[in-house]
Amino acid sequence: MSFWGQTLEIARVDLRVERRLGDTLRIVLPFAVVALMVFPLSLGIELAVIRRIGPAVFWSLGILFGMQVALRQSVADTQERRDLHALLGVDPAARFVGRMLSGGVLMLAFLVVLFIAMVLIYGPTLPPGSWSTVLIGTVLFSIGLTELGTLAGEVTAGLRNRTALASLIVAPLALPLVIGASQSLEALSRGTGILPWVLLMLATDLTLAVVGVGLARPLEEATR
Amino acid sequence: MDPLIHLEDAGVSLGGKPILRHVEFELQPGQVVGIAGPNGSGKTTLIRVLATLLRISEGTGSVLGADVNSDQVFRVRPSIGMIGHNPALIGELTLLENLIHIARLAGVSEERVGTVLEVVGLAEASDRRADASSFGMRRRIEVAHLLLTRPRLVLLDEATSGLDNSAHELINALRDRTVADGGGVVMVSHDQKRLAETCEEVMGIASGRLVNVQ
Repeated sequence: MSFWGQTLEIARVDLRVERRLGDTLRIVLPFAVVALMVFPLSLGIELAVIRRIGPAVFWSLGILFGMQVALRQSVADTQERRDLHALLGVDPAARFVGRMLSGGVLMLAFLVVLFIAMVLIYGPTLPPGSWSTVLIGTVLFSIGLTELGTLAGEVTAGLRNRTALASLIVAPLALPLVIGASQSLEALSRGTGILPWVLLMLATDLTLAVVGVGLARPLEEATR
Repeated sequence: MDPLIHLEDAGVSLGGKPILRHVEFELQPGQVVGIAGPNGSGKTTLIRVLATLLRISEGTGSVLGADVNSDQVFRVRPSIGMIGHNPALIGELTLLENLIHIARLAGVSEERVGTVLEVVGLAEASDRRADASSFGMRRRIEVAHLLLTRPRLVLLDEATSGLDNSAHELINALRDRTVADGGGVVMVSHDQKRLAETCEEVMGIASGRLVNVQ
């Protein structure tokens, strides 16, 4: 089977498993939406403040709950499953890209619904062109965070406190993505260019993709 | 004829602790070898070395012509089939979906999936989720996997533990077909008596050292 054939098969099975379990859309998403509601409730009727902080809260919750989505596969990935794929001749890089694809789709769906919920709850005044900026930011953010989650899952494979350790790896490394995504919207409000922030996220995504694909095989062998 | 497996003075240390020591092992095409030993003797570590999933720390070794400590193992892995302690299935998928996933990744026609399900007696239960199936059913699916992909080298690690007689017969059928195809089989178990019934040669393993017993 070709590299892309393996990649798509891994992604297809991951998404089927997610559809059966519903971890992202039935568990993580409702929690994130509830968390969105906490801030307006605690701020009372300060509508101007609520409108102002909406996008920032969205990105904060996006990273916090997005990490749960990004790391969900590390929990499910057992030694037996890794061995199964190895003995079927699956290229570790194809496994990485496949997981990145399925995780990216889930992350994007999660963030889109969360953003809509934020708009409905906070009613932010978004400058013209915001929707396309948010869409670009969300896509790049989703790709980067999923890459980080997949990479952290591989690095911590076989370790006892795997999920906690993986979160510790993802959180600091996701900073360029959070900064890029939140500042692009902020730049739009100020009337300054969003290009530097989009480029920051793009560079982060590309770097993680190169590192992930390049290290997939040695990491898989080292953590066996 | 080149051996399927050749280990010379091989040793494995994990976390600084020696698990296998001075292992000399050879498997010829058409041969079925059993390795018996108590729990913790190094059986599973040895099987993982033979499956190229674990590298050796000392000595030299080759499996299907590939140096076990080199990247050549990626080339030969699809020709190795292993049934380990825990069934290697995706729990959230049905038994049928698991086999289709395996067939696709192995580049085998999906049309053969129905046939092997019939052979292992699970055609009627194929829509059951793997994590909701009994241990015996999951084992049968693993046998179906190896019947589907027909590896040259079959490694069975306590594969018959907890199985009924008909499942034993399936494992024997898998062994016979692999041998008939010119491949080799290594069976590992703590049950030396059963190994003696099914293997032409049985070796013992204790404290990481292999010895001939039959």
